[in-house]
Amino acid sequence: MKKNKKTSLFSKGFFNNPENRAVIYQIVTLGLVILFTMYLVGNLFDNVEKRGITTGFAFLDEAAGFGVSQNLIEYNDVSSTYGRVFVVGVLNTLLVSAIALVATTIIGLMIGIGRLSSNWLISKLCMVYVEIFRNIPILLQILFWYNVVLAALPSPRKSMVFFEHAFLNNRGFILPKPLLESNAIYIGFAILIACASVFYLVRWSKKRHDETGEEFPIFKVSLSILVLAPLIVYFVSGQPISADYPALKGFNFKGGFTIIPELLALAFALSIYTATYIAEAVRAGIESVPTGQKEAAKSLGLKDHIILQKVVLPQALRVIIPPVINQYLNLIKNSSLATAIGYPEIVTLFSGTALNQVGQAIEIILMTMAVYLTFSIVISVVLNWVNAKIQIKGR
Amino acid sequence: MAIFELKEAREAPADTKGPIHWAKEKLFSSIGNTILTLLGFYLVYMTLPPLLDWMIFDATWSGTKAEITKDGARWIFIIEKFDQFMYGFYPESEHWRLLSVLGLFPISIVLFKYVLTNSKAKLALLIAFPVVSFILISGGFFGLMHVETHNWGGLMLTIVVASVGIIASFPIGIMLALGRQSKMPLIRTLCIGFIEFIRGVPLITLLFMASVVLPMFFHEGIEFDKLLRALIGITLFQSAYIAEVIRGGLQAIPRGQYEAADALGLTYWQAMFLIILPQALKISIPNIVGSFISLFKDTTLILIIGLFDILAMVTLTNSDTQWLGFEVEGYVFVTIIYWAICFSMSQYSKSIERRFNTENK
Repeated sequence: MKKNKKTSLFSKGFFNNPENRAVIYQIVTLGLVILFTMYLVGNLFDNVEKRGITTGFAFLDEAAGFGVSQNLIEYNDVSSTYGRVFVVGVLNTLLVSAIALVATTIIGLMIGIGRLSSNWLISKLCMVYVEIFRNIPILLQILFWYNVVLAALPSPRKSMVFFEHAFLNNRGFILPKPLLESNAIYIGFAILIACASVFYLVRWSKKRHDETGEEFPIFKVSLSILVLAPLIVYFVSGQPISADYPALKGFNFKGGFTIIPELLALAFALSIYTATYIAEAVRAGIESVPTGQKEAAKSLGLKDHIILQKVVLPQALRVIIPPVINQYLNLIKNSSLATAIGYPEIVTLFSGTALNQVGQAIEIILMTMAVYLTFSIVISVVLNWVNAKIQIKGR
Repeated sequence: MAIFELKEAREAPADTKGPIHWAKEKLFSSIGNTILTLLGFYLVYMTLPPLLDWMIFDATWSGTKAEITKDGARWIFIIEKFDQFMYGFYPESEHWRLLSVLGLFPISIVLFKYVLTNSKAKLALLIAFPVVSFILISGGFFGLMHVETHNWGGLMLTIVVASVGIIASFPIGIMLALGRQSKMPLIRTLCIGFIEFIRGVPLITLLFMASVVLPMFFHEGIEFDKLLRALIGITLFQSAYIAEVIRGGLQAIPRGQYEAADALGLTYWQAMFLIILPQALKISIPNIVGSFISLFKDTTLILIIGLFDILAMVTLTNSDTQWLGFEVEGYVFVTIIYWAICFSMSQYSKSIERRFNTENK
């Protein structure tokens, strides 16, 4: 009978087999990790018991009892619970991130393309922008806009006025508030239908282009559908949207809605700062397309905007998109610096105010971290999906 | 046989060179470009002269607070509070200790690069410099006065936090990067889990974690200094990022290098430290510098957990009733310092990158 070459644990050869050693190393590591965790958790329970700290998530149902300067959902200073504070915080994080994401993408694109401009002055100005704002800590920028620039704005009585009905002062940016009447729902439907039809139009025109080669002015047509459809419905349904104009009453404004200065400063600083990274990604992406590609397209007689649209961008986007998505994630994480100026997002409200009142640091900080971890997981899933989609399909 | 004479090269046509041609080509080549150029000049005209006026020409550079007459920057505030911006509450009689650390740094670099040839001596220097610096800064030995960490502040604290962060995170980062590449599934999972967790949450939550939660995980007898807690948070944070940077370097090393090391019969650690890591670290230097710049900018966050770095000094110096309302000068001064340090580091990293790239071009 052939004997198996397996060596016993006590023979010398056992440790010479890297696979066996790997198993032992891993068991030892696991053991150490478990021991260390047990030590920490044991201490934790001791400390919790000694200090008489309550544990668990029961506090989420208790009334928080503090005011929040900006809430997207209904919030009551007296009766709303900590659970609601959490939701308000997450929504405020999402709000500032969404505003800053849109703004930073636009600024970043403009600066990135500007840096490659044939115009010497423009490209140098864009370079100066990138080099200045990238090398200043984001927290310093947030504090600067908030404590210096916004604090220097005039009082409500001497507000700066834009288009008669918008006011900028040290209490924030006050805009007319749209009032929706019951008919306004039809406008919502119109927008939905317009979006759906544009979606199918794009698919149809792409298919037709693939089959027949005929071009369809898709951009102009979609844009007019998206603008005209809601506009027509707005007038047909009897102009159901009116505005509540802000007016100066005493020392402050009544009516309208106010964008609080914290939100202004934070969104502004985040978009200015992140835009420098997006600009660099855009520039690197466009530069990564070999000049031969552009020259080849030119010698085929394609027009400049067609070259950009069909030759340069599809290749550049593959390089641009992944770092840009990473920057989006960084922006969301950086929005946590709001806590330095008191914008009521998740860290300020929950890890700040709620933590001070409840004192259950572990639960609260873990919940805060879980929020950001969820964002990162969602974004990395999106990133993987995009990466798979824009990969060059090999044969 | 015809004799060919070399003709002198003719001058380029007059309209293809010179500043006017350059301006035509680079600034006014089309109507759109002309408009952009004019807009650009207008922008510069609107921002640069007032800025220069404020910062230099209309600024008050000397005298006392009562004598300020110009409406530009009042730099006398910075001059008055300079020590606080640099050293925080570090006792004035002991400032020489910080300055000598600052002086020892270039000396050590010169020693390391040009004088010492023995690798053991280099290693000794590498260990000695942080130890000596710590003794000098913290004191308590050799008759030096002990300076409590809550007196540390200003730019000095910023630099201490950034340096400790990068030095302490480096070995951890290398281990994490190797662990992430390891063939052992358990170790790989642990490393990936740690790295992705840290990279998924903002630094500020880690700092809160370190400052509020960390003490609860240890025996009551073990006291953590506030600064030490911040340093732990920053080190954990930075090591995850360094690990990813080094992983990038490791992945760029061709498989043949690993196989060659195996073929020579080197053990795992020999292969890593003698063959793979020296190459991987070399190509990741620009990214390591980049990561260090980010860390340097991120050290500002320690002010949120109540440490007084240079940025926190702006608020603190302005709480002096003698000097109220000098925030603008404070912020601008701190901005200039951060900008100068980060910009020079990024230029340095670019120059390294260029040096490495020459072989491919």
